[in-house]
Amino acid sequence: MTDDETTTYAYLCIGCPLGCRLEVDEDDQGDIIEIRGSSCRKGDRYAKQEHTDPRRNVTTTVAISGGIWPRLPVKTNGEIPKDQVLEACEELRRVRVQAPVKMGDVVLDNLLGTGCAVIATRDMPAID
Amino acid sequence: MIDNRPHLLHSKYDVVVAGGGPAGLGAAMAARNAGAERVLVVDREAEAGGILLQCIHSGFGLHHLGQELTGPEYAQRILEQALDDGVDVLTNAYLLDIDNDQNLKLLSVDHGVSILDTRATVLAMGARERTRAAIRIPGARPAGVFTAGAAQRLVNLNGVLPGRRVVILGSGDIGLIMARRLTLEGVEVAGVFELMPYANGLSRNIVQCLHDFDIPLHLSTTVVEIHGRDRIDKVTVAPVDDHLTPVLSKAWEVPCDTLLVSVGLIPENELSRELRLRLDPTTSGPIVSSTMETSRDGVFACGNVVHIHDLVDFVSAEAELAGGHAGRFASGVRPPHDNVRLQPGANVAYCVPHTVTTDQPHTVYLRVRKPLEKSMLRLRDSEGAVVHERRLRYVVPAEMVTLKLRPGVLEGFQGDALQVEVMPR
Repeated sequence: MTDDETTTYAYLCIGCPLGCRLEVDEDDQGDIIEIRGSSCRKGDRYAKQEHTDPRRNVTTTVAISGGIWPRLPVKTNGEIPKDQVLEACEELRRVRVQAPVKMGDVVLDNLLGTGCAVIATRDMPAID
Repeated sequence: MIDNRPHLLHSKYDVVVAGGGPAGLGAAMAARNAGAERVLVVDREAEAGGILLQCIHSGFGLHHLGQELTGPEYAQRILEQALDDGVDVLTNAYLLDIDNDQNLKLLSVDHGVSILDTRATVLAMGARERTRAAIRIPGARPAGVFTAGAAQRLVNLNGVLPGRRVVILGSGDIGLIMARRLTLEGVEVAGVFELMPYANGLSRNIVQCLHDFDIPLHLSTTVVEIHGRDRIDKVTVAPVDDHLTPVLSKAWEVPCDTLLVSVGLIPENELSRELRLRLDPTTSGPIVSSTMETSRDGVFACGNVVHIHDLVDFVSAEAELAGGHAGRFASGVRPPHDNVRLQPGANVAYCVPHTVTTDQPHTVYLRVRKPLEKSMLRLRDSEGAVVHERRLRYVVPAEMVTLKLRPGVLEGFQGDALQVEVMPR
């Protein structure tokens, strides 16, 4: 039963190839009333997480000087809030590191205050 | 990364592997672990690792390594393992030719032209992308039309953006991944267009690469013309009818300076053709036995050169099988011949391997032609009797179906071939 104060939000489940179309009903206090459309509990959990606090791992590249390639692939070592992903990439466009770099080296600490570090995802030897 | 050049090139090897991507490195390690003394991997790039090096996103290794890695992390992990296991890796090198006695002609920056003698060979050359020409998009021939993988290399390795406003044709995972990648680099992605009525990529990529950035996905729609004199300046797109024919009366134009084509991969089989291996017309890869041996004794194959895999994890598993058998072949072990041919039946595009045995466990990979919600996989003998069946939940062409066969389940059927079908329940 939905009334005027209920808002419905739609999500596509990423748990398996089924790709269930999930719906989350929220009341005017911002609380979840009902989750519909999932075929398993994983779907319910996913809908709740996506609705209340969607988070993403970020993978991108930063500039590197003196390496065998001009870009170093990096990732966040945890998930950051989804709405900070684009800002995070802008921040990382200003970063330049110096070769050599080892896989796992920290390129940037506490990205946008999220508590996540940005780390190199490969070794980048210096060019001979 | 690591100086991985072998100090000298031997003239005799137990196993030579063509291609240093996940398939080749995996096969080489498995060959060493199966007792092969000298194993050489040949790769044409300056670094081994293959396409993983440009796949900087994560999602690799969940099945095979039990953790989620990015492409470069997966590549570095397996390269270090292979070197630890005593595999020689020769980069900047190209395998030109293989003759009937397994003499290989090798061209390399370090050693020039060399002739090598090997007991077994593993083909692991991977795949290349289908291009605009392969799908015959009409229109002008301006600059700015790229395959999605070429753009991925430009952005992730060379640090060069292909353009500023991009249209993507094809909703396979590479196209979706590139939609996000370009958005994160500040490029506008005008939309993704897919000929079929369903997306070809994982739902995870639909959500995290398109929905997250409000990039529109137009299903049952395709690019019908490319415009532009020197540089592409727009494309005409049109919806298609039930027969996939564009409805030109409903066409519209999308301004862009770049078109990325993400319309599938084809196994790279120049060497296989050179060897006159029997190829499967559906996969365009070699026909392989349950030991991943091709139609030529001692020549094995694994990875995307055989058929296109969704996940590197499956490539690694197949490589282990191929490399292990190549290693044993090199020490003179000959397994009994397969006694069952697997033939694609209703709604099945292909099965790999093409033959199996009744008394060994096997993993069979297959791909369906059409999506089905609730389906049943059946193996039928020549008289139509069901020899083995398994319920499947949901199948789509974009996701490979894995069938595990236990020893004995195929015992006692009529004939020497089984039809594999996936039909509604």
